[in-house]
Amino acid sequence: MNPSSQSFGKSLFELLSSMRFAISLLSILAVASIIGTVLKQSEPYSSYLIQLGPFWFQVFEKLGLYDVYHAAWFLLILTFLVTSTSVCITRNAPNFVREMRSFREHVSELSLNAFKHKHEAATTQQPETLAASAQRYLEGQGYKVRNLPREDGVLLAAKAGSWNRLGYFLAHSAIVMICIGGLLDGNLIFKAQQVLGVKKIETRDLPQSQVPAISRLLPSNPSFRGSVQIPEGSSASVAFFNVADGYLVQELPFTVALKQFRIEHYTTGQPKSFESDIELFDLSGKKIREATIAVNHPLIHEGVAIYQASFADGGTRLTLRGWNLFAPAASSFPVEGAVHGNAALTSAAGDHTLEFIDFRPFNIEDMGGGIETPRDTMSVLGGSPVSDNRSLRNVGPSFQYKLRDARGQAREFSNYMLPLQLDGRWYLMSGVRESPNEAFRYLRMPLDPAGEIDSFMRLRGALLNAELRPEIAARFARQALPQEAWGTEIEDKLKSSATQMLGLFAEGGFQSLGRFIEEKISEAEREKVMGTYLRILELAAFEALQLANQQAGLPAPQADQATGWLVRDTLNSMSDLFVYGAPIYLQLMQYDEVKATGLQLTRSPGKNVVYFGSLLLTLGVFFMLYVRERRIWLRIKPGHALLAMASTKHTIDFEKEFARHAQALDTLVK
Amino acid sequence: MELALNQPAPLLKRLSWFDWLFAAIVAAGGLFALSRFGDYMDIYEKAILLAAIPSLVVSGWLWKPFRPLFIVVGAVSLFALSQYQGNLARMEEAFFLKYLISSQAAIMWMCALFGLATLTYWGGLLTRSEFMLKTGSTLTWSAIAMGFIGLMVRWYESYLIGADVGHIPVSNLYEVFVLFCLITAMMYLYYEARYQTRQMGAFVLLVISAGVGFILWYTFDRGAHEIQPLVPALKSWWMKLHVPANFIGYGAFSIAAMLGVAYLLAGRGILASRLPRLEVIDDMMYKAIAIGFAFFTIATILGAMWAAEAWGGYWSWDPKETWALIVWLNYAAWLHIRLVKGLRGPMLAWWAVVGLFVTIFAFIGVNMFLSGLHSYGTL
Repeated sequence: MNPSSQSFGKSLFELLSSMRFAISLLSILAVASIIGTVLKQSEPYSSYLIQLGPFWFQVFEKLGLYDVYHAAWFLLILTFLVTSTSVCITRNAPNFVREMRSFREHVSELSLNAFKHKHEAATTQQPETLAASAQRYLEGQGYKVRNLPREDGVLLAAKAGSWNRLGYFLAHSAIVMICIGGLLDGNLIFKAQQVLGVKKIETRDLPQSQVPAISRLLPSNPSFRGSVQIPEGSSASVAFFNVADGYLVQELPFTVALKQFRIEHYTTGQPKSFESDIELFDLSGKKIREATIAVNHPLIHEGVAIYQASFADGGTRLTLRGWNLFAPAASSFPVEGAVHGNAALTSAAGDHTLEFIDFRPFNIEDMGGGIETPRDTMSVLGGSPVSDNRSLRNVGPSFQYKLRDARGQAREFSNYMLPLQLDGRWYLMSGVRESPNEAFRYLRMPLDPAGEIDSFMRLRGALLNAELRPEIAARFARQALPQEAWGTEIEDKLKSSATQMLGLFAEGGFQSLGRFIEEKISEAEREKVMGTYLRILELAAFEALQLANQQAGLPAPQADQATGWLVRDTLNSMSDLFVYGAPIYLQLMQYDEVKATGLQLTRSPGKNVVYFGSLLLTLGVFFMLYVRERRIWLRIKPGHALLAMASTKHTIDFEKEFARHAQALDTLVK
Repeated sequence: MELALNQPAPLLKRLSWFDWLFAAIVAAGGLFALSRFGDYMDIYEKAILLAAIPSLVVSGWLWKPFRPLFIVVGAVSLFALSQYQGNLARMEEAFFLKYLISSQAAIMWMCALFGLATLTYWGGLLTRSEFMLKTGSTLTWSAIAMGFIGLMVRWYESYLIGADVGHIPVSNLYEVFVLFCLITAMMYLYYEARYQTRQMGAFVLLVISAGVGFILWYTFDRGAHEIQPLVPALKSWWMKLHVPANFIGYGAFSIAAMLGVAYLLAGRGILASRLPRLEVIDDMMYKAIAIGFAFFTIATILGAMWAAEAWGGYWSWDPKETWALIVWLNYAAWLHIRLVKGLRGPMLAWWAVVGLFVTIFAFIGVNMFLSGLHSYGTL
């Protein structure tokens, strides 16, 4: 070996085991870790692209910032930390072991005299007698003592707290152990396979069975952490895990089947527990075991832990009634579908694709209702920590879907199955929004006394039907005018303005009525005219309802307040239809709920290594911080005793202890 | 001869009749709880309850003032429970409950007493009045007693709301802030007795007052004092271990930071004549960081073990976990510098102060600014 390489090796060793290097590593690790907490990790790449723009997206991708904690450079820092700690242990080990064992018996009197903490006393006792009582004293204080005869007396060499050094070993080997355990459970094997080209991630959205072998990991894979969604009554023998912008399929050594998934709720509506009844089958189809898993209660089978991680809809079957909102008749058509499925809708309103997104059996809404939780000073000071949940209500099931037109444009809808009471009246609600980050805007459709939306739909149809308009206008005029005015010019005029109002309203609701007024009427009179027009519209609409009922062979509506509100609400709701954004409303009639459980499956061989390392770390930290290594020498000569004390750490406790021993010596020598 | 040497006798021989009485009370209470409520506990909860008995007994034996605190808190809490007569509405009717010892009243008393203690400690520090400093200590003890009574009663109230709602009050940001104030104050009082110096109370109580300020804001502005049922992820016996261990860590780090402030001020000659010697402050600071680090290590390990059971992995690089690691690395570096390099002085004091900001971010900042699995205490 030539001297220069030897010195390089040596200085590398020096560097790796140096304190400065270790501290720098700890700091770099801390700073690097922050990145991953600021930038959300493992999101879909498309959302990073939107967030960062194309340039920074690429830079960040190259740096591995989307999965910092598995990036090569981060693993390199960890490797350095492990190496540095290991080197540090190797470097200190021989010395520390020697120190732990040694009593430092060869200390010279000269060096004892040079100690900062020393105490001298004159004595009349024989050296051996004093040594014996001092030894008893020191042993009583927890010291291990060696009695060493010298030519002119005795040297007592004592030590306590050697475990401090043991703590050093425990804590530092624990760090190495935890890191190694963590690496065992990381995805290093896959990374190696990826570099070698044996495996690659799948980025296409394929059915599981069609994912090629190059993106599938075998059941023998020693460590994995994947997740899978299983609908009730179905099973899975694979799990998925996301890597970068794709995923991998992990084949499981067994099949998991879901019998039932349950959610329990508190009385306030918050979820109380999520549970899955699962069955495990071996790959030949033989049942191995049955179990119920819940959050905090996983099942561990042959080293694979199965966790309750999430839940979703598993394809609830929906029976719906479709309404053509702009058809001049109250006609509905049946629609069948299942969540996560699509359906083609061909109707008078054109071709649409219906994409069922989700179904929720419960919706807990804050109904307000004037119940204010009191938060004034007195009520809090003497107050009650009982939360007031009276305004929370379950408003029943809802389902979500997208309606995509022939051009591919889609809006998202969320329709409730049960009516909601607002301002004392009942409505069916349908929410609509253009994009997922908007809140839903709601269309409220009034219910008739039978509790149905059929009257709303019938009146809506009649008002949109141009053929009925003259008849409606005629009936309205007869109702509005006294008998003397029948058949006069006034009646004709009223008829024609009513027809005009109805026509305008059918074109675009109150908005087109408003536009008409703005164009034709002078500003001073607008308000008055608007009032008259609305009155005409309402009364005409009431006639329309009568006509529609008559045509449908139904009894005439009562001329009461309820019908008045029904007519008014229908006009409002119809006006909203023009901004609802869909020609069809889907009313949920029946559902057959199918839930799906989200399971996480992990195999982590490094877990026990990490736990054992953690135990060592705890012990090590306590030994290092709470066991103080101290040494005492008592050199006794005839007529004279010298006490010297040393410690690696000079704390206040040490000073106090030294003072105590010095005082003890003064007592002992007497 | 042996006595003359001031030889410390073994712990057991030093115990007084009061120590044994205390042990008997703790054991009786624990065993009564086990026999009465054992049917509703799982094996781990029983183990925690049984292990709590010797832990509390030894705490009382080693730190004598803990015994009267325990007995007072226990007695008043039981009295409060009896006042309820199993009816939550009594909170607003019964005199004692309404004005003193319903959970919310007791916690508000705690806040008030901590505020008074802060002022008194500062008064004592500035006027060099030993009497005021002593009063500060007494007020702090009273605040601790009220705070613990508040938590105990809150625990009971949660069961009155609903048998399935009941849980130990360490489950949300409001409850753990109360716990933070209590643990920090207790640890401080331990050091106060040990170092025979009350002046540091002025500094430590500042950070507790900040905690009190947060509690008040959180109560009045957000109504955070309401008891909410546990989300399924928190329904685990691990919570009883993980959360308190963490708050011993946070409390100790806060004390260390305030001592750091005192050290820096005294080092510049500000208040120097009123504060203990620099070496004493420095030693206290080291002790606080050492105990904090040890418990923070345990808390993080417990957290990892809980995560392994709840989330399917002992380490997920969730923001809270990552920041816990950063806090841990920070104090690990601090201890290395001090123990191995033997460094002392203003640099370490500054570091302890900065460490508090890192700790605060890990404690609250993560919940405020970052999202993740630990989203129980959002602001």
